[in-house]
Amino acid sequence: MKTGFSRRGFLARVAGALTLPMLARTAHGQTPALAPALDPQVQAFTRGASARPGRVTLALPSLADNGNSVPARITVESPMTAADHVKAIRLVSDRNPERVMATFHLGPHAGRADISTRVRLAGSQRVTAVAECSDGTFWYDARSIVVTISACLDES
Amino acid sequence: MAARIQVPEQAKPGEVIEIRVLIQHPMETGYRYDEGGQTIARNTIRTLICRYSGTEIFRADLSPGIAANPYLQFTTVARASGDIEFSWVDDEGVAGSERTRLYVAA
Repeated sequence: MKTGFSRRGFLARVAGALTLPMLARTAHGQTPALAPALDPQVQAFTRGASARPGRVTLALPSLADNGNSVPARITVESPMTAADHVKAIRLVSDRNPERVMATFHLGPHAGRADISTRVRLAGSQRVTAVAECSDGTFWYDARSIVVTISACLDES
Repeated sequence: MAARIQVPEQAKPGEVIEIRVLIQHPMETGYRYDEGGQTIARNTIRTLICRYSGTEIFRADLSPGIAANPYLQFTTVARASGDIEFSWVDDEGVAGSERTRLYVAA
């Protein structure tokens, strides 16, 4: 039996209609931030060059109970040879009062581009890691994180 | 200010080793207030440098966006036995340093 209105098709359309408005908003219904590559703090680091997504992996939990100490790990795919290596990595926050969180300088002697630290986050936001390679290219990865208790607001 | 550096007990030449450092420092943001409503002055480590046998292998420019008691982990290629030395300066101009020995043998 063939009808134009299948149960499966109907469910797919309903799911699509429900998802689209959610995608248009960020996690907390804030106005969507600029694309990471267009962020002025990222542009300052790339000195105007365009940063492309890829190569960089930013590992950040998707939910943090306490923004005062959130583990973050940045790895970059790179052979780390004298000819082709990662020169620097910058962590940029969307909502912290000081948006440049840290800049790490490394070189071929690092063997791997793999850095872990703990960051402070003033609220739910997106964090971007940008890497500068020795060939002059820039790569980034961005992660959104929901922070239950924001840093910077305690004891005030 | 105290710091703890962790390196492998022994490494082979050419091996990529992990170096971990944990520094005791409040990393005061400058955005908090004390009981009297006065701003607590910012005091964060600005620059942290790691040297291996005197050669700089890693440098980090930090901000209040790094958690108190900053922790960092990164890698380097072991070459020969030598000192892994960290040095840092904070906003109050207080400098600190800490070193540990890395033993490299085939």
